[in-house]
Amino acid sequence: MSEALSFNLHRNSFGRLMLVDADGVEHENVLPVRAHPITAPLEGVSILSQDGHELIWIEHLDTLLPELRRLLEEALGAREFMPEIERLESVSTFATPSTWHVHTNRGSTRFVLKGEEDIRRLPGGILLIADAHGIQFMVRDVLALDRHSRKLLDRFL
Amino acid sequence: MSKNVSTIEPLPTSPVSLLPAGLGLEMPAVLHAEENVLAGVEVDLDAQLHFAPSGLVLTTQRILSRAAGASDWQSWSLHAGLSLEHFDHAGVATLELMDAQSCLACWRYTLGQNLAALRLISEFEQQIDILKNGQTPVRETEAICATCKAPLPPGEDECPICNRELYTPPSTWTLFRLWRFARPYQGRLLIGFLLMMGATAATLVSPYLYMPLMDNVLIPFQNGKHIEPTTVATYLGALFAAALVSWSLGWAKTYILALVSERISADLRTTTYEHLLQLSLEYFGGKRTGDLMARIGSESDRISVFLSLHALDFITDVLMITMTAVILFSINHWLALVTLLPLPVIAWMIHIVRDRLRTGFEKIDRVWGEVTNVLADTIPGIRVVKAFAQEKREAQRFREANRHNLAVNDKLNRTWSLFSPTVTLLTEIGLLVVWAFGVWQVSRSDITVGVLTAFLAYIGRFYARLDSMSRIVSVTQKAAAGAKRIFDILDHVSSVPEPTNPQPLPTVQGSIQLRDIGFRYGNRSVIRGLSLDIRPGEMIGLVGHSGSGKSTLVNLICRFYDVSEGAIMVDGVDIRSVAVADFRRNIGLVLQEPFLFFGTIAENIAYGRPDASREEIVAAARAAHAHEFILRLPQGYDSIVGERGQGLSGGERQRISIARALLIDPRILIMDEATSAVDTETEKEIQRALDNLVKGRTTIAIAHRLSTLRKADRLVVMDKGQIVEVGNHDELMVREGAYWRLYQAQLRNAENGQQEGQE
Repeated sequence: MSEALSFNLHRNSFGRLMLVDADGVEHENVLPVRAHPITAPLEGVSILSQDGHELIWIEHLDTLLPELRRLLEEALGAREFMPEIERLESVSTFATPSTWHVHTNRGSTRFVLKGEEDIRRLPGGILLIADAHGIQFMVRDVLALDRHSRKLLDRFL
Repeated sequence: MSKNVSTIEPLPTSPVSLLPAGLGLEMPAVLHAEENVLAGVEVDLDAQLHFAPSGLVLTTQRILSRAAGASDWQSWSLHAGLSLEHFDHAGVATLELMDAQSCLACWRYTLGQNLAALRLISEFEQQIDILKNGQTPVRETEAICATCKAPLPPGEDECPICNRELYTPPSTWTLFRLWRFARPYQGRLLIGFLLMMGATAATLVSPYLYMPLMDNVLIPFQNGKHIEPTTVATYLGALFAAALVSWSLGWAKTYILALVSERISADLRTTTYEHLLQLSLEYFGGKRTGDLMARIGSESDRISVFLSLHALDFITDVLMITMTAVILFSINHWLALVTLLPLPVIAWMIHIVRDRLRTGFEKIDRVWGEVTNVLADTIPGIRVVKAFAQEKREAQRFREANRHNLAVNDKLNRTWSLFSPTVTLLTEIGLLVVWAFGVWQVSRSDITVGVLTAFLAYIGRFYARLDSMSRIVSVTQKAAAGAKRIFDILDHVSSVPEPTNPQPLPTVQGSIQLRDIGFRYGNRSVIRGLSLDIRPGEMIGLVGHSGSGKSTLVNLICRFYDVSEGAIMVDGVDIRSVAVADFRRNIGLVLQEPFLFFGTIAENIAYGRPDASREEIVAAARAAHAHEFILRLPQGYDSIVGERGQGLSGGERQRISIARALLIDPRILIMDEATSAVDTETEKEIQRALDNLVKGRTTIAIAHRLSTLRKADRLVVMDKGQIVEVGNHDELMVREGAYWRLYQAQLRNAENGQQEGQE
């Protein structure tokens, strides 16, 4: 709880996140980032100043007051964009480049896979799929996908 | 206002066509009188970053937006106080509409929509300009593709070439694209094909002779007639002659076609490599060395084997089957029909297995790439592996990749092993059918025993060919997969394209202007709105934290990458309008990690000018303070230096690379951390060599140690892709800004270091 008391966050009229630190200094347009966005999203959140210096390090989001945590998670959510693929609807072709129609936890979309090398394995069986524009899609657990999706995905692995 | 606009440029005939699909139809109802649509973009994310397509439209009077699923439009009237801010992170771009007090609205979209959005922003800024100044702005006429820098067709946002490259998969007929490489040899190919027809026809003569041999000689003999030696001699002679003809034609055909296929694959290899060397650093950055090596080496070899062996056999087989079928039908069409019946079954079976095998082989290819990638990762990093005692883990990683390889192979072999025996079984059944039907026909005296013998002999060969034809399935798939991977390289257009009409570059004076340049690497913008004028002969020191964009800036000036926005001019000429090789000839590059090629020291020094005389090489080495240590080596200038210049120290290698840069006598010199990899003592030596190099040249030096930049005319301090300070050492120290902070930090470090040294 100690961290929760040592700083405060609010938004200004431009929608920018403002941080008031323990000394009462106000920092404009600060940026919260997760240190381990994939493997441990709740551990290690850092708040960076406008020019990229760390202002606050939060060991675990659970240590924060609910109000502060809500604001922080909202700000994190607006920046983090790594749709999790829940189902592969179809792929245009098994050769690359291939257009994939997928259903993600952020709705349905399609993207272009430039090459098989854009599918990367992370420890723990996680797949990261980078599309032609550099957006990362994630498959948290290949085995949890349905049969149809697994069959399609298998052709690229 | 709309009147104003129409004088700037005629609007496209159908303004609604600018809009994302699905929005255009309803637009006219929303618009006011005299209001025209200028640009539109489909913003595909909502505030929570869920995919939800909604529309954003800029007109001559307003900004209109409609949220996903909503039916009515929100609108903001344009006025002089409005501004649009645009930034992106991790593939998601944000567009904010602001006035002086607050943020009015905010839209988010994935970078796929970026082009349309940028267009909308520039239109918006023009409109605001008009509102502010009442002037018609100067309009840039030429639109350029963001990826390949080719001029765009009028009225289009996206470059058709880049689009095709990105979205169109290579067709399954990739192998036919090899014709491009076969064309120079078409004469020899035709001869080979004719020889093949002749050879195949000759092999089919002998079974035909079984008929008279059986019916006119053997059967009559069993019935008590004696054998006529001359008749037998004629038949046997004909059989022998047919075998001889078939042998000689077969030899000639195989030789010619193997020769041609070897040449085709050699051409393929060379062309691919030449093309690869033309591609920009961006391409190499995204690929693994092992994978590229495999593509050019083993894939092209696989194609060669396919062409010279398998494809050749396959065509021979098809020829043989067609000819056999014709002969069989000419002898007896009923028996021929029964004989050919199993053929469609086998063809169908081949088709079924084909699909499975193809995916299997593609998978094996990728897994094989993984195995070589482990090697390519580990062997260059062997010092790190050993230093951290991770040999076991690396071995485990290799074993893992190998195990994966085995598993995939095993899975495929299950299907593959079933394939051949099944074909054999079908062959046996086919023979059985012919025997049964033949015996029945002989018993009814419809055919003679000789005809049946000939049929059995023919289809014996015939089915043997089907069996070998079934092998073509897998090798074709392999070769097609290989061809696809090679054409993937060949189809790639360099993102640093050669201009179509290169301007001649006269003797370069060495002035460089950076005009409002921006560069984006992947989805990260690395350099933003940077402008700088460099005078001929001036020495510029680039200073900043790592990651501030110094090396990127230097790469842009070398044209290893092309700027995303703005332009780089050398002597007033845009470097993109000059032939790449012409331009680079004027640039000398000294890197932190000097790369020495396998060869002698003299060759390495003369790398940029292979025609340099020995005197010139020695002079360059002297100037680079490399002469003396080179002479101390056992073979002097003829000493062989290997991969990464093993056997030479970092400072020695660096001085060789300085000599290399001196020899081409460039007008522009770029030093990227040239001295940071060596100790202070060596640095002094290198510094002396560098001082010789810098004289009279436009120099851009990046250095971590600020002390090495004392001689610079101006220091440019960079931070987060922008210039924050410019000036010489004294000026910047007086200013007490970013440079001063950097300097103080280094001074403290140096003092600490000295104290530790004394203790």
